[in-house]
Amino acid sequence: MGQERIVGKSVLRKEGLAKVCGRAHYVDDLKLPGMLHGATVRSSIARGRVLGIEFGSGIPWEEFVIVTATDIPGANEIALINHDWPCLAAEVVNHPEEPIVLLAHRDRHLLSKAVAAVRMTYEEWPAVFTMEESELCDPVVWGEDNLFKSFVMEKGDVDAVWAQADRIVEGEYTTGAQEHLYIENNGAIAVYSPQNGLTVWGSLQCPFYVHKSLMKVMGLPEEKVRIVQVETGGAFGGKEDYPSMIGAHAALLAMKSGQPVKIVYDRAEDMAATTKRHPSRVRHRTAVSREGKLLGAEIDIALDGGAYSTLSPTVLSRATIHAGGPYYWPNIRVRSKAMATNHPPYGAFRGFGAPQSLFAIERHMDHIAEELGMAPDELRRINFLKRGQDTSTGQKIQEDIDLAQLMERALTQSDYQAKRARFARENEDAGMKKKGIGLAAFLHGSGFTGSGERHLNSLAAMDVTAEGKARVLVSSTEFGQGTNTILCQIAAETLGVDYDTVEMGPPDTSVVPNTGPTVASRTSMVVGKLVHCAAVDLRKALIASGLLGEEYATEEFVAASRTYVERYGPLRAESRYEAPPGVHWDDQKYRGEAYAAYAWAVYVAEVTVDLTTCVVNVDDFVAVQEVGRVLNPVLAMGQVEGGVAQGIGWALYEKVMWNRGRMQNNQMTNYIIPTSQDIPPIRVFFEECPFGHGAYGAKGIGELPMDGPAPAILNAVAHATGQQFDSVPLLPEDIFRQMKERETAREVVCL
Amino acid sequence: MRCYSLQVNGQTYKVETHAMARLLDVLRCDLELTGTKEGCGEGECGACSVLMNGELVNSCLIPVAQANGAAIETVEGLCVDGRLHAVQKAFLECGGAQCGMCTPGMLVASAHLLRKNPTPGSTEIRESLNGNLCRCTGYMRIFEAVERAVGDASKGLG
Repeated sequence: MGQERIVGKSVLRKEGLAKVCGRAHYVDDLKLPGMLHGATVRSSIARGRVLGIEFGSGIPWEEFVIVTATDIPGANEIALINHDWPCLAAEVVNHPEEPIVLLAHRDRHLLSKAVAAVRMTYEEWPAVFTMEESELCDPVVWGEDNLFKSFVMEKGDVDAVWAQADRIVEGEYTTGAQEHLYIENNGAIAVYSPQNGLTVWGSLQCPFYVHKSLMKVMGLPEEKVRIVQVETGGAFGGKEDYPSMIGAHAALLAMKSGQPVKIVYDRAEDMAATTKRHPSRVRHRTAVSREGKLLGAEIDIALDGGAYSTLSPTVLSRATIHAGGPYYWPNIRVRSKAMATNHPPYGAFRGFGAPQSLFAIERHMDHIAEELGMAPDELRRINFLKRGQDTSTGQKIQEDIDLAQLMERALTQSDYQAKRARFARENEDAGMKKKGIGLAAFLHGSGFTGSGERHLNSLAAMDVTAEGKARVLVSSTEFGQGTNTILCQIAAETLGVDYDTVEMGPPDTSVVPNTGPTVASRTSMVVGKLVHCAAVDLRKALIASGLLGEEYATEEFVAASRTYVERYGPLRAESRYEAPPGVHWDDQKYRGEAYAAYAWAVYVAEVTVDLTTCVVNVDDFVAVQEVGRVLNPVLAMGQVEGGVAQGIGWALYEKVMWNRGRMQNNQMTNYIIPTSQDIPPIRVFFEECPFGHGAYGAKGIGELPMDGPAPAILNAVAHATGQQFDSVPLLPEDIFRQMKERETAREVVCL
Repeated sequence: MRCYSLQVNGQTYKVETHAMARLLDVLRCDLELTGTKEGCGEGECGACSVLMNGELVNSCLIPVAQANGAAIETVEGLCVDGRLHAVQKAFLECGGAQCGMCTPGMLVASAHLLRKNPTPGSTEIRESLNGNLCRCTGYMRIFEAVERAVGDASKGLG
């Protein structure tokens, strides 16, 4: 490590210059000749039958392109895991804001009047809005039992453990929905002609997901569908699933009108209609010895999946596997289920189920410590997974990871021990402002779960251009996280050329191979490795051609590439995914190597709680993590800081207010994300244990920082106030209400 | 429909449109200056920040009638003769731009701050940018970028 010229350096972001000059073009910046604007008419009820659609007076309807489910040439489904998510509701609606009718017109202002003039009549059916209602199956709103998916993951003999326990600690932890709030809303432009087929330009993460879905909806063969990602203004998982929907809508309007159609949501529509983070309820029952050894756990996870299954089965899978946290459990049983309600479907969001179950275990660990009269860090130290021990799925930890040392570094950087003691002492007579410090330890699996990477069977390629530059050809996309930059760094390092000599191929399904989706913290580790291998082969091919020697300068590489293309035509090298040795997974028993590698972290939050206003302020934040080799320190720190800020938002600010399945606060005015004045100094530290099968030792990083802030902050709030809060988001009104309820309960007891 | 005159980045434009057309749409659609972005359309996120007669405004809240005759500065005007403004250079180097959607507004707000106060402290930087929401960076690299721009400007590098 450390011998590289380009990897590990903070080279400038590839598309950074265009972005700081305002020259980066996002979907709403594009205009095509004759382009129409599209809009969506949505359901106003949560569940029922559509009886009629009436096009009200005062609108020149003959000028409009109108699409309903009957216009769909292929299957009326957005293809993800199951086949239940309609592209347009046909007869039945299952959530508010479900799309029913599409309209297109040249005039955007007239379009919005037209949307308001479409009136639906419904036969309204009873609906379910909570997981508890869904569990009662009264009524059944999905399948036979409202159950999208369930898992049982078991290790050891949990039933035998309760008798040996000195203490049994129970707890219930809940988390709320969270809106991605990428600054760029969802948008797509579609063009269709029978000769050339369909092209969709969109703000999206996964070009081939949209490709697969649109083939199905439009009834078109592979070669007649082309998806192009344009500059994408943030995603966080929110543009993993939904672009298939808005892309299909634009495509249907384009097909019917024969003209280009652009659909770009405004903020209110994007917030009300698109996917969010799954709300969760996690119950823990833990057997523990007097000395603090974790003996066994029974964990029950429930996720609200909304009205359609979308990605809920895989979100649930990650939640299940991460439920035990970074601890050694001799016995553990996790039962989990994802349930249907009549909310708009929940979907992928950074962390993908792990933040929910890690919030629960990390709050629960503090409860256990309190029950035992132990320090929270001591309880964790005793139980950390160590090299050679096996996880809840029976995966033996091969990585050279020392969690106790990682924690020590976080405690030292945050001055945890001294502050823990000092705050406890000073809070006694601190008036209404109480200070607290709390920690969370966690892990995050890199790449797809279980056999997922094998099924993806990803392919990456590299070629050279006529100008002699090397190009990275992947379907991995840039949406702020740094894909373009790190993949070019890896390629340049491997080829032995300057960073500027490598460029990204267009994220266009007609040009690049399917490298899988840009999700699951897989780009650095999995795709990076494929790019590395393709670059090795590209270099070999150039050398074998006799145009390049073993040792060369960048200029010689460029000259050789140019000559090669002139003389022989295209030069291309490919690399297909192969699982690292020793990675096996049993989908039935949920046993084996759940992930090829994990990233590990310990975060510490320091807070002030004002008991007069119930406002929690985060004063300091220390984030220590081990993510394998850090490919680009500035980008890596940016990932961690951004994830921590989103975690702070999830913990303290971001509350989706529901009314009969509809988001009530679908505006930036009343759905509050952290501003520049809400964020504490976020101090980021990396340990680096290079992972042998990742690109230059890299593991995943993107999602990890979302996992830790919420439990660390709520543990700090408990330390500050002496009161336990086990739900996020925790807004001042939630603190006030819970303290009031407890006070009332105490008064009743006293009476 | 009426004719409005705007001076954008030093150049005079005439636009025929409705009095209540948003300055944001006039810039993006009529003048094809798409660097200015729409994030929320209600003056909360600051992605559409521009300077109007030297004041920082959300262009989604300004009807063109109000901007008639005004001098407007957008992100496209920061770079002069191919030379990056100190804040652009610093955002690029410090990682202040990730997805890039808040960046134009954030840069205009940062440039505005430095014009008013060439040596802001960290509290002033946080306060001045509180009308510009960023969902990617957690703001740390943005603060660092503004601080670096302050340093570069004081060394005559801006």
